[in-house]
Amino acid sequence: MKKTKIIKNIIIDVDKCNGCRACEVICSSFHAMPKYSNNNPERSRIRVIHEPLRDVYVPIYAGEYAVAECAGRDKYIIDGKEYDECAFCRASCPSRDLFKEPDSGLPLKCDMCEGEDEPLCVKWCLAEALIYEEREVEIEEDEEAPDEIAIGLESLANKHGMEKVIDTIAQLSKTLKS
Amino acid sequence: MEIDLSRGNIEKVATDPRDTELYLGGLGTNAKILWDRVPPEVEPFSPENLLIFGAGLLCGTPATGCNRTIVSTISPQTKLLAFSMMGGFWAPELKYAGYDKVVLRGKSPELVYLWIHDDKVEIRDAAHLRGKGAIETAELIKAELNEPKAQVAAIGMAGENRVFYASVEQGRSSASRGGIGAVMGDKGLKAIVVRGTKDLNVAQPAEYMELCNEVLEYIKHREDNPIPGVMPILAGLGSPQEMKVHDEKWHTENFMWGNSRERKRDFWNDEVAKEWTETMEKARTRLISCFNCPMKCGATISMPGLPTYMMKCFTKLTYTMGAFSDLDFGLRIAQKATEYGVDGFSAPQVMAFALELLENGILTDEDFPEMPEDSEGRFFYLLDKIVRREGIGDILADGTHWAAERIGKGAAAYAHNNIKKTEQLPLKLSMLNPVYFLMYATGEKMNITQIEGQFPQAPFATKEEREAFVSDWIQVPDEKFKQYLLDWEFRGENSNPYYPTVQMSCDIVDWQETMHYIDDALGQCAGLSSFPLKPPYHIHNYPKFISAGAGIEMDEEKLKQAAKRYRTLVRALNTRRGMRRKDEKPPANHWKKRFPELEEELLDTYYKFKGWNKEGIPTIESLHELGLGYVSDDFIERGILVEGEEDFPQEVSAATEES
Repeated sequence: MKKTKIIKNIIIDVDKCNGCRACEVICSSFHAMPKYSNNNPERSRIRVIHEPLRDVYVPIYAGEYAVAECAGRDKYIIDGKEYDECAFCRASCPSRDLFKEPDSGLPLKCDMCEGEDEPLCVKWCLAEALIYEEREVEIEEDEEAPDEIAIGLESLANKHGMEKVIDTIAQLSKTLKS
Repeated sequence: MEIDLSRGNIEKVATDPRDTELYLGGLGTNAKILWDRVPPEVEPFSPENLLIFGAGLLCGTPATGCNRTIVSTISPQTKLLAFSMMGGFWAPELKYAGYDKVVLRGKSPELVYLWIHDDKVEIRDAAHLRGKGAIETAELIKAELNEPKAQVAAIGMAGENRVFYASVEQGRSSASRGGIGAVMGDKGLKAIVVRGTKDLNVAQPAEYMELCNEVLEYIKHREDNPIPGVMPILAGLGSPQEMKVHDEKWHTENFMWGNSRERKRDFWNDEVAKEWTETMEKARTRLISCFNCPMKCGATISMPGLPTYMMKCFTKLTYTMGAFSDLDFGLRIAQKATEYGVDGFSAPQVMAFALELLENGILTDEDFPEMPEDSEGRFFYLLDKIVRREGIGDILADGTHWAAERIGKGAAAYAHNNIKKTEQLPLKLSMLNPVYFLMYATGEKMNITQIEGQFPQAPFATKEEREAFVSDWIQVPDEKFKQYLLDWEFRGENSNPYYPTVQMSCDIVDWQETMHYIDDALGQCAGLSSFPLKPPYHIHNYPKFISAGAGIEMDEEKLKQAAKRYRTLVRALNTRRGMRRKDEKPPANHWKKRFPELEEELLDTYYKFKGWNKEGIPTIESLHELGLGYVSDDFIERGILVEGEEDFPQEVSAATEES
């Protein structure tokens, strides 16, 4: 059986970015507590990495938190322009100061502005460097992610061995049956 | 924040909320500080002169385009108040660091720069940056501090050597008019570097965001609906889109070339268009914006073999036309001029002025040793001499007015395009325009683009066009302005110079000026407000922005009153420094057709309308009405006004005297 899923996508056209950082302003304002009570680009879940003299403009969204930094780093050169180390990586990671709350150091992650019609950075980007797109994808049932129980059991199996887990379940099934 | 550069003292002082209510912020509160603390005896290059970098009241909030730094000091060029401004990213960064202003006094014995990182403020050695370009300096400082996100306002060699029209440069923006870069150099300050990571609050979040969203929607509407019937650069929002638009027929054929002398009526042709378009397309890497603004008024420019720099607006053509050259030259010399940090309006005119003096035998070849033969080479030569104050450059570095005075021998006749000692846009027109007459004469920002706007520059040809224009003109402060425009014709009774009538001209100029002054206190760029036709910000939504943003109870009347208060304070500062009616006149040759009687009447009526006496001095009564009793007291004490005597003395005015 097939199911569908909505993929939320922000298309980033770096050639159109004018470096104004309106996205940072509205993002941090939307996520302020209370909502819109303040703004601070440092708390924004989107940052524009920009170096005007080298014509580097990369709006980048906060992604997953990474406990540890990567074993190696990467550096892109595109059309002769050298981008910062890890410029295109979205992680809030120990190797850099991006995407961390300035006071607590807790990681930030883009939530696509939950509850709004579209992410507000997109709405505020009149340069159209950010375009929002939702697309439906079909996914196979069996491709679906394993459920909660399976994940739990798998980690128990990894820790204690499969045999032990099976034995324990057998034990429990007897005692809990009646 | 107060910095004493003589003693290296740094002091954080809370902003007085009462002053904020009365003078808002930015220019308004800068003017208050200068009034209180810089008496008229203080020379521009005195340690007692203050140099104030003020962020506008709403800078850094989500209000689109609110990013201006208002830099105020006593100008070496005019000896009056200079309040040049810059967009870019500096003011919001200062707000995020937790400050409204940086007030500098004293003089540092060594060249230093100021490093503001949130609560941490340091004065650091800048000896290694001496002679470095302004953009180069910014890059070097960011690298040595390892702070790529810091914002840097710096001077180049022109500022260090106190060139009277030296600018403060900040990446894509600059505060260029009035020689504030020279005051910064005199204080031994190479740069102010800011990095801020704090929250910036607004008073009523939901209301404020609604206002911001309305503005954004209106900007989209205006972008989709350019104004018909006006030239392309005036049809949209933002600064005139000089970086984007290739068609320069209007500027090159209507503005003057050289030392504001020669009009080239058939200059623009297909060949020039093709060549200049190619030059620009090759040089321009990207159109760029200031902080939180969708308008792309600037561009990154990379000329072959030269370092990259950023440019905006009309500097594109000032060097080109000053030197009778082409765009390729204009973009190449502007790179050097930006690094040196000079005003793009004044510098080329000073150089063209020098060459005119040479042509006319007032200066001789001996004054220009080893100067190249070609016009382009000469401009590069002169620029280098000026910023180093070498030889003739030392005289030219004082601007056309003072240079002419030092040179003598009739040189003053060649410094012909000044108002209040400041070089103006190179425009020479035919028929007197009463509105522009008043703006040129009484403007204290010394730049026509910083007082004009809102009201169309010329009438529309047909009734239909006029009716269409006023049909959605929501920005007018009063319905009467619509009628003024509807009745304005190209020819006949209702045309320049007698229409708009004297009273209408006063109303129009007052509206235009008020909007600019509000922008300058809030930190809003004129490009989204006071300059273009039908802007998103206007007198009807500004009070709401101030209430919801800064938590100051505000309505239209109170806002107009506040703007009038600090506008009058600006005038009072200049009055106290000696500015009088005789100083308030456009260049004698600005229009061919002049009307001395009408001009007198315009000035008389406008002064009265503003609450000023016949000498252009705010009266005791009007000062008290504005809560500026302390100014009135000072004027009386100094004998500038005499209590009980007629505020409108029947003196013969000198306004139409030839210079």
